Amino acid sequence: MPFLSPYARRLHLISALLVGVLLLLGAGDDSARIDRLGHQMMCVCGCNQILLECNHVGCSYSTRMRDELTAAVTRGDSDNGVLQWFIQTYGTTVLTVPTNRGFNRIAWIMPYLALVTGIALVVFVVGVWKKRPSAIRVGIPATVRGVELDRFREQARRETEL
Amino acid sequence: MAELGSFVLLLALALSLYSFVAGLVALVGKQPGSERLSETARRAGIASFGAVFLGAVVLVTAAFRNDFSISYILHHSNRDLPLPYKFATLWSGQEGSLLFWSLLLSGYGLVLRLRHKTDVRLFAHASVVIAAVQVFFLLLLNFAAKPFAVTQGAIPSDGNGLNPLLQYPEMVIHPPMLYLGYVGFTVPFAFALGALAMKYPGEKWIHITRRWTMVTWGFLTCGVFLGAHWAYSVLGWGGYWGWDPVENASLMPWLTGTAFLHSVMMQEKRGMLKTWNMWLVFGTFWLAILGTFLTRSGIISSVHAFAQSSIGDWFAWFLVISLGVFTFFFVKNRSHLRSENKLESLISRESSFLFNNLLFILACFTVLWGTWFPKISELAQNRKVTVGAAFYNKVTIPVALLLLLLTAVGPLLAWRKTSFESLKRNFLWPSLGALSVGIALVVLGVKPWADVSYFYALMAAMLAALVAFTVISEFVRGGRVISGHTGENLAASILRLWHRNTRRYGGYVVHFGVALVFIGILGTPFNREAEKEMAFGDKMELGPYTLLCRSYTQEENGNYSSDLAIIQVFKGDRQIDTLYPESRFYTASQQQQHVPAIRSTLKEDLYVVYEGQNQDTGRPIIKAHLNPMVSWIWIGLVTMVFGTISSLVPNAAPSRATVRDNVETGVHVRPAPLGAGD
Repeated sequence: MPFLSPYARRLHLISALLVGVLLLLGAGDDSARIDRLGHQMMCVCGCNQILLECNHVGCSYSTRMRDELTAAVTRGDSDNGVLQWFIQTYGTTVLTVPTNRGFNRIAWIMPYLALVTGIALVVFVVGVWKKRPSAIRVGIPATVRGVELDRFREQARRETEL
Repeated sequence: MAELGSFVLLLALALSLYSFVAGLVALVGKQPGSERLSETARRAGIASFGAVFLGAVVLVTAAFRNDFSISYILHHSNRDLPLPYKFATLWSGQEGSLLFWSLLLSGYGLVLRLRHKTDVRLFAHASVVIAAVQVFFLLLLNFAAKPFAVTQGAIPSDGNGLNPLLQYPEMVIHPPMLYLGYVGFTVPFAFALGALAMKYPGEKWIHITRRWTMVTWGFLTCGVFLGAHWAYSVLGWGGYWGWDPVENASLMPWLTGTAFLHSVMMQEKRGMLKTWNMWLVFGTFWLAILGTFLTRSGIISSVHAFAQSSIGDWFAWFLVISLGVFTFFFVKNRSHLRSENKLESLISRESSFLFNNLLFILACFTVLWGTWFPKISELAQNRKVTVGAAFYNKVTIPVALLLLLLTAVGPLLAWRKTSFESLKRNFLWPSLGALSVGIALVVLGVKPWADVSYFYALMAAMLAALVAFTVISEFVRGGRVISGHTGENLAASILRLWHRNTRRYGGYVVHFGVALVFIGILGTPFNREAEKEMAFGDKMELGPYTLLCRSYTQEENGNYSSDLAIIQVFKGDRQIDTLYPESRFYTASQQQQHVPAIRSTLKEDLYVVYEGQNQDTGRPIIKAHLNPMVSWIWIGLVTMVFGTISSLVPNAAPSRATVRDNVETGVHVRPAPLGAGD
């Protein structure tokens, strides 16, 4: 570049460096996206493994699916676009978890619903048990003898030993 | 041999049927002679063990003799199969594993019937229930899944071989452990149903049941963890738990069984949770059968499942009938299950058990829900979905952490009511210790704010430390009390303390093992992996390790041929190991399998897989995983098993020791029982 001024040359150099850095960053982003998306999908060959962890010999799907994923990410498809393409191609079982939409939302809600119901049930049971009349009579003189004393001793032993 | 095998299975069915019918008639009809009838039923039950045992012996002998005229042997064995795996043929396929199940059930039945003098009437009831379950399995073996079916047409000179994934030493131990666990839960169920049917007075049945449950739970724990270890060592994906439906099937009864082992103490000590315990025992048995249904019906897809067959319908009916029978007796006799005591405080052992049970059941429900949701979705919206590890991790990890918190807190709470002073005394130092562990991990670079998985890992580390410190403090505090009484050193006093109450301190050891397992699991978010095509002399870096590909070689035996990579492992400039990851090709089954090479240390596992060759370049591919802390899972298992065994040791008889007089003050202390305050 003999006809460029030193200032313009420096500007070109900086621009080139910036483009290089951006490309590298982009490349880094792509591999991170491939890793993230690849862990949101299953290999559909029936091995029940995450796409990027499928390792069984001669798998007829995982290599092709990984290539398709890399191609989709490289051409700049959005995350949602990539996942939708895989759902259209391989069916809903390609996702590792049910989506949080429509009927599938029930999958996510139920465990938490069960937790809330369980806690409510325990609180209710505790309330009922606390209101239950005491099995031990109060206001009786503390002179307990004979069989009754043995019974209390046995109860104390039972309740203090694990 | 096929004829002999078929005959003994038919004989076993007849004996079990007699044991069931005669036992039932003897219990229902109270006419003279019913005791003798009951005795014949008991003896028929014992004899049925002999018949089933003989059936199993015939099948194993057929495997050793390469008798391919039996279809089962043809499909699950071959001539060059090593001898231990020929033995494992018994449980390697659908029909054989059902025979093995039946063998274990009749074995449990044998022990139960031989110990009938403990409580003749209760054991007679339990024997009838076991006979009924045995009839079901023998019906399957005789009519639906025949292990002695003969090969059709010309008999091939060699068999199809055992599934390569099952040709691993642990496969000789893992299925028997798992089955001993699954089948064993029939015994507590039989006692529970028997006690319910006869309105058993008192809590003796629960004492008997608890010991059986402990043994069964110990086997199931071994089975589940050995399965995880097998998956880690054989499947080659670098993990040990994939939330596969078959893995889930083994976890569900384990969760409810663990809940029962805790809640049963409420019934023993305080006469509470009687109804709940009945349903827990039944639920555990039912889930064990449900798991078998899942793996054998083909209703849920799984890599571990047996071949799809029609026996799923049999299991479905059995599940419905067993639920119906149990519900009938529960409704009929539920008035017998009233609680005797009231809850006095929310901060008490009782309420900790309630929350413990809530969390175990919630975990079980989540696993059950996740396992069945693909089927539910298919029925509801005609579309299958996958419920993978991400779902379970998201939902179950918080529950598991809460359970770990209760593991630390629960045992130190007093029955009835716990005072603030007692809480402070018991938890101050363990809590400070756990806090120190958390601070140390953050200082060392764990950033809980960076990712939720790191947050969970930090919490798990702190809670595991809390469990470990509370257990240690309990042993030390109790040991000091005894040491003060006897003048023995602390170690001897701790041993004496444990022997005075093996159940309590064995339980603490199990809790300590659980903490170790969590320490092993919490390393998962920090796993790293690398993959590279490696020719001779190529290097791959992973964490502190450098892997150098030294060579590739081949080996062959009658059973398989294998390609091995020779990988030298360096740490810095020093060679520390040589690993030999393998890719095998099994001749009989024409299947290929990776066998990873694992360098295991307490800090981390270096897990190297030879993934085969790149089809385009022909270059070998090596994948390496660096998995921190995994060894602690297996150490935790050994600790849990040791704790379980030690809790089954009978307590030492209480003895009295005289505390030495305090010479200076002249105070004379009365003799105190050792272990007072247990």
